[in-house]
Amino acid sequence: MADDIWILGIHMTKFGKHTDRDTMDLAAEAALGAMKDGGVTIQDMGILAAGNLMGASAPTGQMLQKQIGQTGIPVYNVSNACATGATALRTAIMAVKSGECDMGLAVGVEKLAGAGLLAGGARKSDDNTFTPSGRYGSVAPVDGRIGTETMPGVFAQIGMEYGHKYGGTSFELFARISEKNHAHSTLNPLAAYQKRFTLEEIMNDIMIAYPNTRPMCSANCDGAAAAVVVSDAKLKTLSLEQQRRAVKVSASVLTSDPYTESCQILPDVNTLTRRAATTAYEQAGIGPSDLDLVELHDCFATAELVHYDNLMLCEEGGAVPFFESGATWRDGSTPVNVSGGLESKGHPIAATGIANIWEVCHHLRGEAGDRQIEGAKVGLAHVIGLGSACGVHILEKSAV
Amino acid sequence: MGAQIPIVDYLALEPAPHLVAHECTACGARFFDRRNACAACGSDAGFRPADVPTEGELRAFTIVSLAAPGIPVPFVAGVIDCGGTSVRANVINTEPDPEHVTLGMKVRLATYVLGTDDAGTEAVGFGFEPAA
Repeated sequence: MADDIWILGIHMTKFGKHTDRDTMDLAAEAALGAMKDGGVTIQDMGILAAGNLMGASAPTGQMLQKQIGQTGIPVYNVSNACATGATALRTAIMAVKSGECDMGLAVGVEKLAGAGLLAGGARKSDDNTFTPSGRYGSVAPVDGRIGTETMPGVFAQIGMEYGHKYGGTSFELFARISEKNHAHSTLNPLAAYQKRFTLEEIMNDIMIAYPNTRPMCSANCDGAAAAVVVSDAKLKTLSLEQQRRAVKVSASVLTSDPYTESCQILPDVNTLTRRAATTAYEQAGIGPSDLDLVELHDCFATAELVHYDNLMLCEEGGAVPFFESGATWRDGSTPVNVSGGLESKGHPIAATGIANIWEVCHHLRGEAGDRQIEGAKVGLAHVIGLGSACGVHILEKSAV
Repeated sequence: MGAQIPIVDYLALEPAPHLVAHECTACGARFFDRRNACAACGSDAGFRPADVPTEGELRAFTIVSLAAPGIPVPFVAGVIDCGGTSVRANVINTEPDPEHVTLGMKVRLATYVLGTDDAGTEAVGFGFEPAA
């Protein structure tokens, strides 16, 4: 269709610890790689959208231009928690869709190796008399005293809440989800970790926030990913090979969290994901059963479970039996996180929302090597950033 | 005994310790922090104080083993359903393990002294303890 948008080129760096490379080295590799993959250059780009959450106040896009080409195009530096990469991509998609330009570049980059625990313990009292301050009128830091603000603890509760509502969850069940993703990553040479763990190893590893042990948490690491998007009209002027490898963006959706009763107490990652998925399936004109693979935001093993339900990969309340059926293993009916997911491939925050698109594109193009999902035609990529933002993209193989 | 001050302003110590929410006068949504207008309905009609039941059911929890410096671990953090109002709190006065803390367990509000400042004022914290 005339207003279709396509991924023309896409690239991700190896995820892991890049001691000798800075943020711009990684972003430049991703950006140059994406343009080379698409057979285009910086001169073809009409917009650049860039994200780097840890450097959110820096002009990341303009800094990148100094490394890959200062052509004077508009730059949008975006920051949207763990959905930053998806937001950059969607910004480029909106620019092309609006007709402002016919090609755009989106980049997400993060240096996060060794970052440790994220969030929590933000405020410290600095004098010796109790003085209420802030919106809770608190006299002492509340993190750890009134619940937890740490990511592993927040997402642990999200999984436990699902278990309370529908039953069937256990420490072992959540550990089995992690076992799957670590097994999947052994086929992904770009994953930060490629080590298979036994269930016992996962359950006996260091407990971070029950029921999440260390291998059940997303891996902080360095990495970047970038994508070139192109309009349908422009794509038709390019070579047959470029048209054949182009991947159609059948849906591009971003939502924020609508008010729900308990969302002020424990973030509600369910409602906005379900809304994004519903809109995405409508836009794409397909249903969950049409998906050949899904990359979803398994920032913790407990999170993956609830997103089976939120993305409607299973019937409502049915995530536990769905997982237990083996459906989400790479040889199952709906392979989930065949890249290894955030738990094993890694989670360089702003890169994640483009890296998961890269994974899906790789399979749709038939270029995924040892981990290729045979005959993949349709895939879905999902990210969530607390606060909250949810990005869902549905991608389809080119018919050319 | 010196004066006492609650850890947060939504913990009322008198006549018996209980939590007080800000309830939107337009739609009834409840918040524990100060709000400029209502996140649920957008109304800026204002908020009235609403007492929250001191007993509830544990709807979600985690046992945190890795926390910010200065926070004793492990501790249990959870979400308590207090008669339809969700409350964030630690589960206290019980062993922090999955044998003693279970989904759906009945809990009740409990307070404890967090510390004393140079003026002799005690800060009072709260949590929820098993009600059985």
